Amino acid sequence: MYTGKSVKRVDAFDKVTGRTRYTDDLCDRSAYIAKVLHSTIAHGKVLKIDTSEAEKIPGVVKILTCFDLKEKHYFPTAGHPWSTDPGHQDVADRLILTDTVRFYGDDIAAVVAEDEVAASQALRLIKVEYEEYPFVLDVQEAMKDGAPQLHEAFPNNILKHTRISNGDYEKAIQEPGLVKVEGWYDTPTVQHCHIENFICYTEQVNGRIHVVSSTQIPHIVRRVVAQALGIDWGLVRVEKPYIGGGFGNKQDVLYEPLCAWLTLQTGGHLVKLDVSREETFVCNRVRHAIRSHIVSWVRPDGTYAARKLECFSDQGAYASHGHSICAKGAGSFPQLYPCENVEVDAYTIFTNKPAAGAMRGYGIPQAMWAVESHTEEVAAVIGEDPLVFRRRNLMPVGYEDGFSKNKLYTDSFNQCLDKAMEAIDYKRKFAEYQNQTGDVRRGIGMAVFWYNTAVWPISLESSSCRMVLNQDGSFQLQLGETEIGQGADTAFSQMAADVVGVPLEKVHIVSCQDTDVTPFGTGAYASRQTYVAGFAIRQTGLLLKEKILDYAHELTRMPVYNLDIKDGNIVRTTDGQALMSLAELATEALYSLSDSRHITAESTYQIKSNAYSFGCTIAEVEVDIPLCKVKLLNVVNAHDAGTLINPALAEAQVHGGMSMGIGYGLSEKLIFDPKTGRALNNNLLDYKLSTFMDHPHLQALFVENPEPTSAFGTKGLGEPPACSVAPAIRNAIYHATGVAVNEAPVNPHILFKAFTEAGLINDEPKGPSQS
Amino acid sequence: MYDIKALYEAGSVEEAVSLLVEHPEAQIIAGGSDVLVQIREGRRAGVELVSIYGIDALRGICYDEEEAIRIGSLTSFSHIAADPIIQEKFPVLGEAVSLVGGPQIRNIGTIGGNTCNGVTSADSASTLFAWDAVIELTGPDGIRRLPIQEFYIKAGKVDLRPGELQTAILIPKKAYEGYTGRYIKYAMREAMDIANLGCSVNAKLSQDKKTIEDVRIAYGVAGPIPLRAVTAEAAVKGCRTDQKTIDAFGEAVLSDIHPRDSWRASKAFREHIAKVLASRALKESVLRGGGEICE
Repeated sequence: MYTGKSVKRVDAFDKVTGRTRYTDDLCDRSAYIAKVLHSTIAHGKVLKIDTSEAEKIPGVVKILTCFDLKEKHYFPTAGHPWSTDPGHQDVADRLILTDTVRFYGDDIAAVVAEDEVAASQALRLIKVEYEEYPFVLDVQEAMKDGAPQLHEAFPNNILKHTRISNGDYEKAIQEPGLVKVEGWYDTPTVQHCHIENFICYTEQVNGRIHVVSSTQIPHIVRRVVAQALGIDWGLVRVEKPYIGGGFGNKQDVLYEPLCAWLTLQTGGHLVKLDVSREETFVCNRVRHAIRSHIVSWVRPDGTYAARKLECFSDQGAYASHGHSICAKGAGSFPQLYPCENVEVDAYTIFTNKPAAGAMRGYGIPQAMWAVESHTEEVAAVIGEDPLVFRRRNLMPVGYEDGFSKNKLYTDSFNQCLDKAMEAIDYKRKFAEYQNQTGDVRRGIGMAVFWYNTAVWPISLESSSCRMVLNQDGSFQLQLGETEIGQGADTAFSQMAADVVGVPLEKVHIVSCQDTDVTPFGTGAYASRQTYVAGFAIRQTGLLLKEKILDYAHELTRMPVYNLDIKDGNIVRTTDGQALMSLAELATEALYSLSDSRHITAESTYQIKSNAYSFGCTIAEVEVDIPLCKVKLLNVVNAHDAGTLINPALAEAQVHGGMSMGIGYGLSEKLIFDPKTGRALNNNLLDYKLSTFMDHPHLQALFVENPEPTSAFGTKGLGEPPACSVAPAIRNAIYHATGVAVNEAPVNPHILFKAFTEAGLINDEPKGPSQS
Repeated sequence: MYDIKALYEAGSVEEAVSLLVEHPEAQIIAGGSDVLVQIREGRRAGVELVSIYGIDALRGICYDEEEAIRIGSLTSFSHIAADPIIQEKFPVLGEAVSLVGGPQIRNIGTIGGNTCNGVTSADSASTLFAWDAVIELTGPDGIRRLPIQEFYIKAGKVDLRPGELQTAILIPKKAYEGYTGRYIKYAMREAMDIANLGCSVNAKLSQDKKTIEDVRIAYGVAGPIPLRAVTAEAAVKGCRTDQKTIDAFGEAVLSDIHPRDSWRASKAFREHIAKVLASRALKESVLRGGGEICE
């Protein structure tokens, strides 16, 4: 058995020796270089673009502006499975280049040049005339009557509003003796900051468009490039090599359509579009900033009588993943702490800011920030230990979601809390850090999170797999599910080796997806791949095995039911005797003069289930009040992700998510100039991504309750690690100082304001002044 | 791919001077950790560069004939931090430059580049201001020396005349003998960051260690260029090393500094942090000098 073991990553050696090739390494040096001209206003119309000076730069091949886009094919960009029902399709609001500017940084023209220097020089010489419109940056301002409007089809900039109403909230709050707790909670606009910026290159080959892209979703890119160009989908071929991370930003179609169009505008030439870090922050996707308003009505016995959530999600200028994010977060609200009387209003609102899309956690980090900050307040208001309060109110074992049919089969929350508390010595520290005085104080805080794997039943879940047997008994494994740095290829190889019965090194995973040959699959998102690919791998592996054993029956004359494949041998199960090696069988199968067969297996499995993946974070901090600084001393995450396929990779996945959560809680925020709408800190110096030096030792713990619906007992772990870290840190700061900060990130600027308001910092001159 | 018009590499100070005279438009590049970034941003795109990075004579730290500490302008931050003279006589500079960026930047970045860049946030600059550093410049007319406070003219502008390059930074004996200090960098991250405020304090204690005989304090990012807080220095000179003095020192800096409101930090926040840092750095300077904070 390889599943359950921490085998080495199948791509480890090439990656650590620098041998692995990424998109830029693969692109031929003959490529033209494309650079995008971005708008320098936040809202308005492009009136004129003067390219005459720019065209004089030696090496400039062609400059194309929004006015050169003759056929306007509006396209959606979200990396969602396509829906054949028009009512469920993503909003198609993008153009390859636009003359209507909706945010500072919108794409209005592009330069194609022989090299990067010529392209950059030309960009600086292009002159643009605009008609400027007023713009709006705040979600609640954008909803008001009379606010600047971004898209005609969406009055008051409301992309979508959904409502959940369970029980009777208005009646429930009439119950005597209830305590009302109310708060507003804000999360920032942040960016994924994957190490490899988005890059793609395109070329016309025999009349078709060949796209190589750093993407999580090659089959979706194929569809959207075709939609954007207005051509048949089969005319596009997309290849996805190894990529340097994505975290959801590359679960969107980014510049592939523009690059493909530039190829078509330059006679089919190879064109490369390599996005800078500055552009990545503004012109790719960001995480939705969500403002949440929660009202809870609590009984004296510490149970909820009624609850209400309103949340306002900042979509930025274009729909991208749209309301899905806010809806997912809002959907967790009635479930995490179930209550009979709940009202939820979720809004997704356009503003003149960069488009928000998918990002690790998909609305849950925002929701957990609000809910878990609020939970801490509720416990404080009723004077109860926040742990006790949580244990009483959390989703109970046996809870089933009527819509998704997700079920909590085991007591994941309490098991994870117990494990994390023991590891960090929670009880002792919680007691020890009560009622401190002095400049430097310590605190410990927790937060839990709700998450569900995959997207069923909201949209399609299917996985396809192909296995092709080689002469030596090894086989190629192909899947539509993508390796994006998380270790998917390794986990898939482990599963396949176990199902077929071969040594791990006999599984050759084809890491690159090529839409011309790779079985269909929609890609890396929703923490789905280990869960969904498991079904297709198991089904296809059994199919391959059936074909092998059928041939083994021919060769050995033994009945199939007495045969098995073990460790790469055909074994007679009745006495355990190895009758022949799989290599001998495979060679004979290909070259037999009497019965030659190419043994392959391919199948699709449609998944009509998904699974909860729950856990918690506990954080310990030291707060230097005069310096307004928080030092994270310890942090531990505990997860129930079902049976782990590869514990070492699972641990690494949790570490990465925790790191993202640390930045979310303490330092990361994309800031916009209120006067112009321009992003002020769209670089890695001014955007405070946390560094190794800002991290304590990260501890990842697991409770392995096998998921009964899963092919391998496993469930999602890609996104969950990032969901509860920030509110746990916030709650630890609250424990240390008594100051409740409801706006993330809790950086020194926010703490200076909060500590001043709380009287912990007093900058008034000391003593009576003499004048 | 960098947009560079021409690159001239100097093998000696004399050659650098003549290349600079020959190409008056050219800019000096040493480690390149600032210049290359600016070229990439388009601010210095299409420049001519004179590289002085190969001039080994400008590397290293020694005492000169007057026992001043002489730091060659091309000495990297990591070499400064590891240097025995710095560790013995001027450890606070080693501590300050160890807070620049990350290890790669500290290996390539030079103290000459850090100061010639003329930015207020340079981690070495406030400490050099606080220790009365002298800048040595070599040009077509020979060598001239001036106090670092005169070298800085305004934000991004230093007194580097045509054909000149900075060749050394000197700390006179009277400026370091008997002083102990502390630099505190205040930034949003523990690494890879630029200071929101840098505060360098040093003090010389009396024989009995109970009185502050002399104190010097300089800030980065409290104004457009690094500056000395002279009111604060005067306020506690000759005072006892007690908490009252420590507090008074922090309060007094507000008369000297003029930080601004920006999206990076508010004025009120910077002033608050400036006070806290001054008091803490003075306290540590006293403790490092063998003193204690008296009742």
